[in-house]
Amino acid sequence: MANLTLIQAVNDGLRTAMSADPTVCVFGEDVGPKGGVFLATEGLTKEFGKNRCFDTPLSEDGIVGAAIGMAMNGLRPVAEIQFQDFIFPAFDQIVSEAAKLRYRSGGQYTAPMVIRTPFGGGIRGGLYHSQSGEAYFCHTPGLKVVVPSTPYDAKGLLIASIQDPDPVLFLEPKALYRKIKGEVPEGEYTVDLSTLRMVREGGDVTVFCYGAMVAVCEEAARTAAESGIETEIVDLRTLLPLDEDGVIEAAKRTGRVVVVHEAPRFCGFGAEISAMIAERCIEYMEAPVARVAGFDTPFPNTLEHHYLPDARRVLDAIERTARY
Amino acid sequence: MQIHDCFVDQTGELSPDFPGYDDAWLNEVFSEMLFVRCVDERMLKLQRAGRIGFVGSMLGLEATMAGAARAMRPTDWMWSGLREGGAALLRGLPLSEYIAQMYCNSMDTAKGRQMCNHFQHKGTNYPSWSSVIGTQITHGVGAAYASKQRGTDEVHTIFFGDGATSSSGFHSGMNFAGVWQAPCVFVCVDNGWAISVPSSAQTASVSYAAKAKAYGIPGFQVDGNDAVAVHEAMAALIGRARAGAGPALLVLRTYRLMGHSSSDDPTKYRDEAEVELWRDRDPILRFERLLTKRGSLPEGGLAGLRARHEATIDAEIHAQEIVDPMPLRSLVEDIYAEVPTHLRRQYNDFLRVAEKHGEAQKGDGAFPL
Repeated sequence: MANLTLIQAVNDGLRTAMSADPTVCVFGEDVGPKGGVFLATEGLTKEFGKNRCFDTPLSEDGIVGAAIGMAMNGLRPVAEIQFQDFIFPAFDQIVSEAAKLRYRSGGQYTAPMVIRTPFGGGIRGGLYHSQSGEAYFCHTPGLKVVVPSTPYDAKGLLIASIQDPDPVLFLEPKALYRKIKGEVPEGEYTVDLSTLRMVREGGDVTVFCYGAMVAVCEEAARTAAESGIETEIVDLRTLLPLDEDGVIEAAKRTGRVVVVHEAPRFCGFGAEISAMIAERCIEYMEAPVARVAGFDTPFPNTLEHHYLPDARRVLDAIERTARY
Repeated sequence: MQIHDCFVDQTGELSPDFPGYDDAWLNEVFSEMLFVRCVDERMLKLQRAGRIGFVGSMLGLEATMAGAARAMRPTDWMWSGLREGGAALLRGLPLSEYIAQMYCNSMDTAKGRQMCNHFQHKGTNYPSWSSVIGTQITHGVGAAYASKQRGTDEVHTIFFGDGATSSSGFHSGMNFAGVWQAPCVFVCVDNGWAISVPSSAQTASVSYAAKAKAYGIPGFQVDGNDAVAVHEAMAALIGRARAGAGPALLVLRTYRLMGHSSSDDPTKYRDEAEVELWRDRDPILRFERLLTKRGSLPEGGLAGLRARHEATIDAEIHAQEIVDPMPLRSLVEDIYAEVPTHLRRQYNDFLRVAEKHGEAQKGDGAFPL
């Protein structure tokens, strides 16, 4: 066991996967000798050579398109998109090609590949270094969308994603890269790509969240406990496919639900959770589902701390839902 | 590297540089081109008769297919851009699978999921195009990188039309391949028209081949209606890539004699005189002239050969007419390696309604949850 930050756990996951499987290749902008702008790939070129960890030309659609071809021809590509905000030139390749390849070829061709990308706010990155675009990708059958929130999960989910037979978009909450530390086993282990994680038990209100919002919700839950409200926290962590049965069970347990994400509210992931609860267990609900989300605006710069859900806003939603 | 523009001219005369293939070789190429044409004509008839939904005709492009196909090994990859179905047949795609794909029935290896004219054949490394123009170009480059990385000697031929040279995939693909020295050959089938948009509205470059210069790779163009010129250029550039000398761009100048598809009326945007000019440059007519001069036309002439090809094709059409459509379960299969719970639930909900209306067949049963 080592005590690692989340970014160190990502690096450890890549190194472990590359050691275990010679077909794993890591590439993207500045990921070679520099080791990536956040140092996720630090040391990999030196250790595995420039054929297995390398810089590409500056073209997101080229990176993802080439990754698909590599995956179709026997490699296990792990492509980095420097910021999730820069992924949209590759949207076509992800949505029209990688995600549909297995289906449209009747299973003859597949794209086992991972696209890693830092996402979310909290680093004063303004409009184009802060966005949370998970909802765009969760609307894409054939793709898997994964968001770790702890160093343990970051490594275990990443290795599972690299081994998975389908394309995975791996969204890394960059605000947590160096903010949190945790115990991470050495060597290979995986975390299942279809089960949620119970973060905290509590019988009064259930909070669903993922990524950097998990720590925010934990802080709110601690404060709520001081006034006697016991909050259950569920880290969804694999948004697609989602552990739907796990969500419904958790919602039924308290009958009071809050959903928290950084992304804009309208058509955000919280809308799906709310609809699912309405369809499958509304008879168990004691209160309306509350959503705490980013505004339906571009991501601000100097006012980002007001845009991002914080413990005060989450606490307010927990209290309102508990008292309803 | 010397690439000859033309070996067999429009009148069927051989140039002094002709590589010296014998009558048997030339007859095979002639037969292959005619076979592709017969398949195309039959598919158009089926479409007009309402038996299949859509045809993207290859009429006029047969020399590009016959010339390219025989320059490739079965282990080489061919990345289709749209109209390469004929080349796939000549490389080994069974005619039964070709026609099943046009019927989108349960014999289609793609399980009837793509509209017509999206062929694939894993056995000869031929993935289908998606419909989105230019997206396969970077796939071919990435796959070529993988071939090199894995130490194989596979070469990737990446096909696309003149319109695709404007796509971001073309730029990224050419650029990545140049940097990586990937073992691939970019093949631009310049048939003059991107649906209704002529080359003059597609680019201000002096030629499509000139674009290669910007990426530090060589660019060539040849008469795409001369199967020998296509074959020689493809063989040379594939050989070059296989030897580790990197990628190249080859432009095959040809002409799409029919509309973009069976849904397109080309008289709205192009002059009939231009089409007539190209009819006389027909690659099959050109070879017929050549073989007539050499006195080596096959038995019964063109008509006899055509009749034999049509009999083969018709027999296969009859067989495919009676194949079942895809089972309902295929709606949710192959999205992921395993059918996830939410798709099982969605299917089972749908099945209740389908069963109520008598639409469910054997094999359409519910998934366990």
